[in-house]
Amino acid sequence: MSTLYAILLLAATLFMLGGLARKARQYRATPAPLKIPVTPAPKTTGGVVLRLAKEVIFFASLFRSNKWTWIFGWMFHVSLALAFVRHLRYVIDPDGMLGFIWPLINNPIVQSFGKYAGIFLVLGLAGLLARRILVARVRYISAPSDYLMLILIMVIGISGLMMSFVPSAFIDIVQLKSFMLGMLSFDFQELPTSVVLLIHLTLVAVLGFVLPISKLLHIPGVFYAPTRNQVDNPREKRHIADWAKKLDETRDSYPELRD
Amino acid sequence: MADYEVPELKEYPVVPLPVEGTMEHLSPFVAKPEFQEALNYVGKKIEKEGEMPEYVLVDGWHDKAIEKMGDLLGRYRGFQVFMDSCVKCGACTDKCHYFIGTKDPKNMPVARQDLLRSVYRRYFTFAGKFFPKLVGARDLTEDVVQEWYSYFHQCSECRRCSVFCPYGIDTAEVTMAAREIMAHIGKGQKYNNEIIGKVFTIGNNLGLPEKALANVLEGLEEDVEYDIEVPVKFPLDKKGADILLVTPSADFFAEPHIDGLIGYAKVFHATNTSWTLSSRASEAANFGLFIGSYENMQRISMRIRTAALELGVKRIVYGECGHAWRVGYSFLNTLAGPFDFLDQNYPVPQHICEFTLDKLQKGELNIDKSRNDDKTVTFHDSCNVARASGMGNYPGGQFDIPRAVINAVCNNYVDMEPGTTHDATFCCGGGGGLLTDDLMELRVKGILPRASALNNAVNENGVTHMAAICAICKSQFTKVLPYYGFTMDQIVSVHQLVSEAIILEGQVDPED
Ligand code: SF4
Ligand code: SF4
Repeated sequence: MSTLYAILLLAATLFMLGGLARKARQYRATPAPLKIPVTPAPKTTGGVVLRLAKEVIFFASLFRSNKWTWIFGWMFHVSLALAFVRHLRYVIDPDGMLGFIWPLINNPIVQSFGKYAGIFLVLGLAGLLARRILVARVRYISAPSDYLMLILIMVIGISGLMMSFVPSAFIDIVQLKSFMLGMLSFDFQELPTSVVLLIHLTLVAVLGFVLPISKLLHIPGVFYAPTRNQVDNPREKRHIADWAKKLDETRDSYPELRD
Repeated sequence: MADYEVPELKEYPVVPLPVEGTMEHLSPFVAKPEFQEALNYVGKKIEKEGEMPEYVLVDGWHDKAIEKMGDLLGRYRGFQVFMDSCVKCGACTDKCHYFIGTKDPKNMPVARQDLLRSVYRRYFTFAGKFFPKLVGARDLTEDVVQEWYSYFHQCSECRRCSVFCPYGIDTAEVTMAAREIMAHIGKGQKYNNEIIGKVFTIGNNLGLPEKALANVLEGLEEDVEYDIEVPVKFPLDKKGADILLVTPSADFFAEPHIDGLIGYAKVFHATNTSWTLSSRASEAANFGLFIGSYENMQRISMRIRTAALELGVKRIVYGECGHAWRVGYSFLNTLAGPFDFLDQNYPVPQHICEFTLDKLQKGELNIDKSRNDDKTVTFHDSCNVARASGMGNYPGGQFDIPRAVINAVCNNYVDMEPGTTHDATFCCGGGGGLLTDDLMELRVKGILPRASALNNAVNENGVTHMAAICAICKSQFTKVLPYYGFTMDQIVSVHQLVSEAIILEGQVDPED
C-alpha cells in the first residue's frame, strides 16, 4: 500500500513536471509572427519583466477587472503558495543537500503562516465556487470540469486542514517525513495509517495528473502570452518569424505591384 | 426604422443578464467563390432555380478545417497559448460592447473563444479526446461552423476583453484564427473579402481608380481655394516629395473624413512640407488584419513599400485610421520592411497626429483656438490605436498626443467618463470588418456603451462634438449615432478641428 502510494506520487510529480515542460517547450517553439502586445506596453525588456511580475504576483489585470474574483482568486493563490512552502518541510532533509534552506522553512513564522493559509485557501475557493454558481454569466461559461477542479483542490485543502486542526485526524508527521524522504531516494517506507492522509495524497496525485492536460495550463500560459510579454518596439526593430521570412522572398512578385 | 429594438441609453453602465440566442439569426453575407479565390481561399457555389445561388462549404471541409486549425496553432504562439490557458474566471464576461448591447451570452468574450476552443479541445487535447463532455469539447459539425460564422462576425477584434483578462487572452486573435479557418473552407465574409479584392485590382477599398482619385483631389483644391483663397495643394504621385501620406480612402469622399484630409493638407501647406499621395498606395486600411491573414495583410502592405520606393520619398505618414495605424505601427516593418531607404530621423511610419503635434509645439502653425469656441469637444479613443499600437516614444503616447493636438486647437475639451476611454475605451461597434449593412442590427446594439458615455458627457459637460482618428469609427458614428438621437455633424475628425483653427498665410475667410 505505502509503496503503491510512493509510486503514485512519484509518477504524478514526474507527469506534472514533464507535462508542463513539454507545454512550455511547445510554446517556445511556436513563433509569434507579429507584435501584438496589448498597449500601452513597455518599451524595454525590463519593463516587460515588471509587467509580468505585476500580473503573476498581484494579478494586476484581474484587479482592474473584477474585485470579487480578484479577492477570492488572489487569496486562494497566495494561500496555496504559503501552504506549499510549509509542506517543503516534509521533503527537505536538514542533513541533506538542501539542508541549508531548512531553517528558512522550519521556523514558526513560515510554518504558522502556512498552517493558517490553508483556511484562506479553502475560503478563497469557496468564494470562486460561489461565483461560478451564483453569477449567471460565469455559470454559463462553466463546464463540469471547472466545478470539479475547484472541488478537487478544496477537498485537498480541507483534508489538509483536518490533519492540522482536528485532533482525531492528527498524523505522525515524523513517520510521514520518513515516508517522503524514503520515496525520494526510492527507499520505500510505511505511510502513517490515516484515511484523511490517504485522501489528501490521492487527490494531490490526481491534481498532478490533471494539471498539464487541463486549463491549469494557465501556469505556463501566463508567461507566454505575446499580448503581455512582448516589448513594444515594432517601429524601432524589425520583428520577423522564420516562416514569414520565406514569404519575404516572394512578396515582390504580386502582379499588381508591377504595373 | 428597424425590426429590432434600439437599446435605451442609461446613465449608469448596466451589465445585462444573459439571454440566450438573441443574435443567433445574424450573420453577414458569404463571399462568392471568385472573391475567395482572389485571396487564395476557396469557395463553392450551388445554383438554384429562380433563386439566389448559395455559397456553401467546400468538399472535405471538415478535415480541411481541422488541418488549418493545426497549421495556425503551429504558426501563432498567441493562438496556441490562448486556447490552453483560459481558466473560465469570467472576468471578461461583462467587458464586450456586443454582449452589453445584445445580451447574447455567446458575445461574452470567453464564450466566443469557447466556440472554437471546444473544437480545439476535441481534436487537439487529451482531455477533449477522451472526456469531451467533462471539459466541454465537441465535434466539428456544419452547425458549429454556422455558429462560428455568426459569432466570429459579432466580434470587432477590439481587444477590450484582453486588457481585463488575467492571462492576456486576446479574443481578437481567436476571432482572426476562426475567420481564417472559415475562409479556407469556403466561408469567407463578402464585405471584407470583396474589399480586399478591390485593393488588389484597383488600389483602394472604395474601388476608386487613379483617374477618379485625381479628379477628387483636383476638386478639393478648388473647393479649398474657393473657401479661403489659399491654393492648398493635394499632390498625387509627385516624385521626389519628402512625405508619402497614406490615408484611408474614406478620406477622399466621406464626411467628416474629408475635412480631416483638408486638415492634413493645410498643416503641410502651412509648414512648407513637400508631400504626396500615391495612387498605388491610395489606401491605408488593411482588411487583411480583420480576416487574420498574414499573407493578405502583407500583400496589401507591399503597395505602400512599392509606392515609397517608386516615388523616392523620405518618410511615410499615416492619416487618421485606427486599424490602419495598428498595421502601420505594429506590423508594417515586419510585413514590408526594413525601411532603411527612408530617413531614419523619423519613425517609420509616423502618425499624422505625431507630425502635427510636433509642428504645433515648434510654433510653426498659426492657430486661433477661438475659431472652435462654438464646440465642446470630447475624444473617442479608437480601439486599434488605444490597445494595439502607440504614438510618440513612450507607452501611452497614443492617448496624450491626439488630446494634445485637440487641446492646442480648441478651448473646450473634456474626456468622457473613466472606464470608457484610454485602454478601456469602448469600440464604436463597427470595427473589425463589421462595417457593413448586413450587420446593421449588431452595429446599432454594439454602439450602446459608447453612446451612453457620450450621452452622459453631453448632459453633464455640455459636449457638442466627438472627435475621432479612425475612418471606421467616423463612418459608424455618423451612420448609427442618429438612432440614439445624435446628429451626424456631431462627429468630427481631429484634423478637421485643426483645419478650423489654423490660419494660413493669405487666408481670407468667407463672410457668414
Ligand atoms: S478573463 Fe481570460 S481567463 Fe478569465 S474567462 Fe475571460 S478569457 Fe478566460
Ligand atoms: S475583442 Fe472586443 S468585440 Fe471581440 S470579444 Fe473582445 S471585447 Fe468583444
